[in-house]
Amino acid sequence: MNRRESLKLMAVASLAAAIPGCTVGKVDEAALKAEHAAANGGLAGYQPTQLSASEYATLGLLVNYIIPADDRSGSATDAAVPLFIDFMMGDAPELQEPVHAGLAWIDETSRQISGVPFAESTTEQHFVLLDQIAFPETASPEVLEGVTFFSALRDLTASGFWSSKMGMTDLNYTGNTPQASWDGCSHDAMAHLGISYDS
Amino acid sequence: MPYIQSNTPYDVCIVGSGAGGGMAAYVLTKAGANVLMLEAGGDWDTVRDGDMLKYNYESPRRGRGTKDRPFGEFDACDGGWNIEGEPYTKVEGTEWDWWRARMVGGRTNHWGRISLRFGPDDFRRKSIDGQGDDWPIGYDDLKPYYDRIDKLIGIFGSVEGVYNEPDGHFMPAPKPRCYEVMVKNGASKLGIPVIPSRLSILTQQLGDRPGCHYCGQCNRGCKTRSNFSTQTVLLPPALATGKLTIVTNAMAREVLTDQEGKASGVSYVNTLTGEEVQVKAKVVVLAASACESARLMMNSKSSRHPNGLSNSSDILGKYLTDSTGGDVMGFFPQLVDSPAHNEDGVGGMHIYIPWWLEKDRSLPFARGYHIETWGGKGMPGYGFGGGIQRTNGKISGDRSRGGGGYGLQLKNDYRRLWGAFIGMSGRGEMIARKENYCEIDPSVVDKYGIPVLRFNVKWSDDELLQMKHFQETGNEIIRSMGGEPLWDIPGKEDNYGITRPGQIIHEVGTTRMGKDPKNSVLNEHCQAHEAANVFVADAGPFVSQAHKNPTWTILALSMRTSEFIVTEVLKRNLAAS
Repeated sequence: MNRRESLKLMAVASLAAAIPGCTVGKVDEAALKAEHAAANGGLAGYQPTQLSASEYATLGLLVNYIIPADDRSGSATDAAVPLFIDFMMGDAPELQEPVHAGLAWIDETSRQISGVPFAESTTEQHFVLLDQIAFPETASPEVLEGVTFFSALRDLTASGFWSSKMGMTDLNYTGNTPQASWDGCSHDAMAHLGISYDS
Repeated sequence: MPYIQSNTPYDVCIVGSGAGGGMAAYVLTKAGANVLMLEAGGDWDTVRDGDMLKYNYESPRRGRGTKDRPFGEFDACDGGWNIEGEPYTKVEGTEWDWWRARMVGGRTNHWGRISLRFGPDDFRRKSIDGQGDDWPIGYDDLKPYYDRIDKLIGIFGSVEGVYNEPDGHFMPAPKPRCYEVMVKNGASKLGIPVIPSRLSILTQQLGDRPGCHYCGQCNRGCKTRSNFSTQTVLLPPALATGKLTIVTNAMAREVLTDQEGKASGVSYVNTLTGEEVQVKAKVVVLAASACESARLMMNSKSSRHPNGLSNSSDILGKYLTDSTGGDVMGFFPQLVDSPAHNEDGVGGMHIYIPWWLEKDRSLPFARGYHIETWGGKGMPGYGFGGGIQRTNGKISGDRSRGGGGYGLQLKNDYRRLWGAFIGMSGRGEMIARKENYCEIDPSVVDKYGIPVLRFNVKWSDDELLQMKHFQETGNEIIRSMGGEPLWDIPGKEDNYGITRPGQIIHEVGTTRMGKDPKNSVLNEHCQAHEAANVFVADAGPFVSQAHKNPTWTILALSMRTSEFIVTEVLKRNLAAS
């Protein structure tokens, strides 16, 4: 059942047709609007306003190191994560300073390693830097600022990627749809967990 | 000069459209009264405006909260802790976070639907432990109303026969989710009872309202009216009588009184134009939320009521309580890699742990708490997988550098850890004390020029030690389930992790009922001692909080109060002409 069919079912199930002004045509219209909104994770037509071109390019590299493409789904940039982060910086201004400062820290540290900013250094040099800051338990206290930023960026990337349509499909998220009945914990999940409704 | 709306008085003016106001409107209009309802917020309709069945990716912020919707952009509550131009203040060294809903239906639009009756002991706590006060009424007085509300609104649950957790008229409860079965097993091993939850969500058709379709999004506003809000159950039939007029964007300023000290109407500010309007009414029912109703009464000063309406006792605003709150959370290795399936269920918990130590008098605190649970593979949104570096170091694979990381292994860790966490929340009873109160701040007014509230609330050791007990018990249940608590129990210096007063959004007290006018604001009919045609129908009349969520008792009291208004006031024509 696709989304529009779900919404139609809702309209019938809910007797919404009895509510003045709510017709199947209107439901169709609302479903179409929802589909447009969903395109590109609600970011269709949005242009970056918070990040400079070079910051944006560095961010794109970083988020793809965090969530690369694999055989189940695309990369963070495929799911428009940099655009999402830029939008969130505008929407939640408390994110602005940490992201700007974190990206500056990455470039400055990159210069110390390779003499050039992150975007201009090699993949091997990228790994050297990322390995210093991606594992908080074993990281050197000298790079605490980088570790803190990378943990925050990992969280933002996960938010943007997994909440996208691509991310939900990857996870096999099957909720958010009307159900005729509630059947409880699935047989497979019960077997995995070693539980039952009889115990 | 204020604009005077009409010289013909309404039978009743109700301030507020939430649980208490909605029930009052339902009962009074059905009885034939002409009712005017004032709502400070805007028009909002659950069927038209609810965000049910939206994917988080339909919005660029993916469900994250906003300034006007702190619990998430799709959460059906316009308002929040801070509303521009409507400040409140606190006495230094005290806390109160005040949530206000500004919309038709109030907080019933987004609430948790946990619909618990107070039990017989909850009305007589002073007789049991010597603290606070007994109510002027008992469980038997409210039982008929609880019964009728169960049938009118619809509630699921199970008959358990627990003395202080009275059973109701229940629809079948939904089976527990996977993680809820785990909680039940883990708690049972410790001798802690787990029963089906009791939520006002239909699991069967009721009248023209279909049963739940299990999308788990009650808080977004149900478009099929399968759960309870005043809009799904109470306002439509009230409007259908033709006797109810709802005025939105109407911020009540003052209850107007006549020379005898009786109410003659209400003055309000049209929040869109700033114009002041006066309406006349034979009876005034305040249901604006415990603190807003108290504030309105305090601001209604006249020669007959120099200390605020019906406040010669100086009790108005006192005995303010909230529920205590605390959270624990665990990581469960057996949930890693568990097969995904639709776990949405109803919009809330399917199981419930009622207070199980009612008879234990050896505890170092007086009152009990219950435990709510949460977890599962819900819809991914803003915050998904947050803080993964604290847990992915614990799962299988090469973890020599610890948690965190990046790349293919991390990407897979997000999939594997989705739904591997279960949390529990303790919600307990705070003892009603005179020292915890709200009052008018003499130096601050809101943008409408109305004096604002100043709060003065502190937890006592009874509340702190109760939440310490919850933290210890919650972590014990997590371990008993085979999990690992995510954080250490907060120490005394952190008040054992207790929430700030107000944060559980159960504001109760402030206009309490009682037999003695010297230590109460209202009589046992929720009628003001000093103004016979003024009633309060929110949680202000509560004498004590109980660990139970207040809505079902607000509804029962409001129904009882409204029927008293019909039989004893309107019909006997005792009201001001």
